[in-house]
Amino acid sequence: MSATQQSTMDRVHKGLAARYRKEKRFRLFGLSAIIMSLAFLVLLLGSIGAKGYTAFLQTEILLDIHLDAETLDVENLATANYGSLVKRAMLDNFPQVKGRRDKRELSKLVSTGASFQLQKLVMSQPELIGTVLSLWVPADDEVDMFVKGHISRELPESSRRINDKEIEWIDQLQAAGRIKKSFNATFFEAGDSREPELAGIRGATMGSFYTLLVTLLLSFPIGVAAAVYLEEFAPQNRLTDLIEVNINNLAAIPSIVFGLLGLAVFLNFMSLARSSSLVGGLVLTLMTLPTIIIAARASLKSVPPSIREAALGVGASKMQTISHHILPLALPGMLTGAIIGMARALGETAPLLMIGMVAFIVDVPSGFSDPATVLPVQIYLWADSPERAFVERTSAAIMVLLFLLLTMNATAVILRNKFERRW
Amino acid sequence: MATAMDTVLDMRDAIAEKEEGEAAAAKVRKVDRDQRQTVGVPFVDEPRMTCREVNVYYGEKHAIHDVSIDVGKNEVLAMIGPSGCGKSTFLRCLNRMNDTVATCRVTGQILLDSLDIYDKKVDVVPLRAQVGMVFQKPNPFPKSIFENVAYGPKIHGLVSNKTELTDIVEDSLKKAGLWDEVSDRLEQPGTGLSGGQQQRLCIARAIAVRPEVILMDEPCSALDPIATATVEDLITELKTQYTIVIVTHNMQQAARVSQRTAYFHLGDLVEVGPTDRIFTNPRHQLTEDYITGRFG
Ligand SMILES: Nc1ncnc2c1ncn2[C@@H]1O[C@H](COP(=O)(O)OP(=O)(O)OP(=O)(O)O)[C@@H](O)[C@H]1O
Ligand SMILES: [Mg+2]
Repeated sequence: MSATQQSTMDRVHKGLAARYRKEKRFRLFGLSAIIMSLAFLVLLLGSIGAKGYTAFLQTEILLDIHLDAETLDVENLATANYGSLVKRAMLDNFPQVKGRRDKRELSKLVSTGASFQLQKLVMSQPELIGTVLSLWVPADDEVDMFVKGHISRELPESSRRINDKEIEWIDQLQAAGRIKKSFNATFFEAGDSREPELAGIRGATMGSFYTLLVTLLLSFPIGVAAAVYLEEFAPQNRLTDLIEVNINNLAAIPSIVFGLLGLAVFLNFMSLARSSSLVGGLVLTLMTLPTIIIAARASLKSVPPSIREAALGVGASKMQTISHHILPLALPGMLTGAIIGMARALGETAPLLMIGMVAFIVDVPSGFSDPATVLPVQIYLWADSPERAFVERTSAAIMVLLFLLLTMNATAVILRNKFERRW
Repeated sequence: MATAMDTVLDMRDAIAEKEEGEAAAAKVRKVDRDQRQTVGVPFVDEPRMTCREVNVYYGEKHAIHDVSIDVGKNEVLAMIGPSGCGKSTFLRCLNRMNDTVATCRVTGQILLDSLDIYDKKVDVVPLRAQVGMVFQKPNPFPKSIFENVAYGPKIHGLVSNKTELTDIVEDSLKKAGLWDEVSDRLEQPGTGLSGGQQQRLCIARAIAVRPEVILMDEPCSALDPIATATVEDLITELKTQYTIVIVTHNMQQAARVSQRTAYFHLGDLVEVGPTDRIFTNPRHQLTEDYITGRFG
């Protein structure tokens, strides 16, 4: 008896070391996998951040603008020549500059947005007319790039977009304290623009907002209803099996196919507004529905059957059982699925290209049927632009997109923890 | 009903007799079926529920064979038998709880008074309000203790105001012997109670609806002797108004609370009879083996 016991323990001990080794090996693998993915993540975020953080600042030039009553006729302030006022103010800084070419080059250091800024200011405060106004106006994107150090003065003149003369002027302005970098509010307030210093992400963000709103309002109720029906009411037969297989298939279909479908159905057949958030939302709904249905069904399935029996046992009807007991318990899982689906929709580009949301749109959309673009498409558009200043804006827009995604995923976690209950 | 049944049984015997003279294989089958014949009198004069030739299948598996039994008015019927013999399965037929199991198929006839509960037109919602159930595994809702008990009366519209509801909840919890332990924390989740407390909560939840027939599947399996005594007192008290079917593995309990006892074995109803007779003088060998502890 004792002998057999001894040998049993011996065998256990012999095996023990191997078991622990196995566990340790597995832990090491897991840890290295995580470290590797973290490293890639840091690399990605680091490079985006390093390239993009400068976009949140904008170089500005201080001008003393003489708002003379001659140019600014109070009767038609809307059509007055503000450009010439800005130009004159710029020239005043450099009395030594002569010659038309030089003058034109000099005036180009200031962004064309300066005259719009001036116009807005004067029209809101006409009493300024006749005074000399000190105003910080945005610099041109090339100047901005130079001041931020993205264009090196060591390069030969021919291979940089800003020439020696211009560098000299910038140096003079800097010496006079007339150049500063300040927070780039335009980036968050403006729509798209051909001029990088005037381009912003507000248009795309609002477009994304309206598109996602349509997607959420349609796909969540429809998805949950479909899941509840399939899980609780539908008879288990060939047909429902077929539907299940098809839903799983739909979740894996390349999103561009949904774009083509949207183009054919919503635009060509139903003649809805091209490029609108409404159509974008409809297409993304088609794309998100399978994900939501699958997640919702999984969370319905995970509700313990004993809860269902308990409710039915006291005489609750099927609908009462579902709405009083099953849905509240399944909700956290459904919400998580929905938010993950939404996050995917937020980052989706391809299907939206098919329905015209890739157009160059300056105005910030103010409704569902306005032409709009979305953040990832905006990133795509900017990444495709030749101007050096759009590079940092691309990175900045990516940062904003990542921030929104992070917020959504964090919301998913918070919601899940909030609604999660033990049973 | 009983007379109709008798003719059925007679006919079956007649067929069996005819088979007797035939092939040897048929003989084996007949012996087999003889063993399956219920010993004792499964029928009563004033039945509340009447079950005739009930068969239950889980897919291919034949879980209950030809069970015919009555449940009398204001009686406690105990069902005993070894694990896996089909007590829960049969009990769950009585309020159509087996409808929730997709693979489960029930044939035969089960009447509540004169209502065929497996009739297509029968609405299971009022049926389950009438025939309440306490499950084998405690399954409180993940809601507050109060909500757990109040849920049934609320959905059936048994109360018109908050005080009535509070009264029902208090009354039910007292009857289930749980009130003293939870009266100061009714708002806490029912799932946070101990196993035995959860089981009593489920009993309170079932009786809060005031069902006429109460099905109890091992209601005391997780309870200590004191709580068990409370539940047995409750059963004795409820018996005056209600009909109770109780599944138990505790033979003493069956002896204490029930008037009649049914012994199940591998899906067959082997023996039914008055409880004292079953326990003192079992007629079937299997019953005797079981209650004397030779297996089970
Ligand atoms: N949902 C189900 N699907 C398939 N078979 C089932 C199902 N429920 C029960 N069974 C089978 O039916 C038979 C009877 O089970 P049942 O639960 O009625 O036994 P029981 O007498 O209540 O046992 P216990 O005393 O252990 O609770 C068992 O063989 C079991 O395996
Ligand atoms: Mg059981």
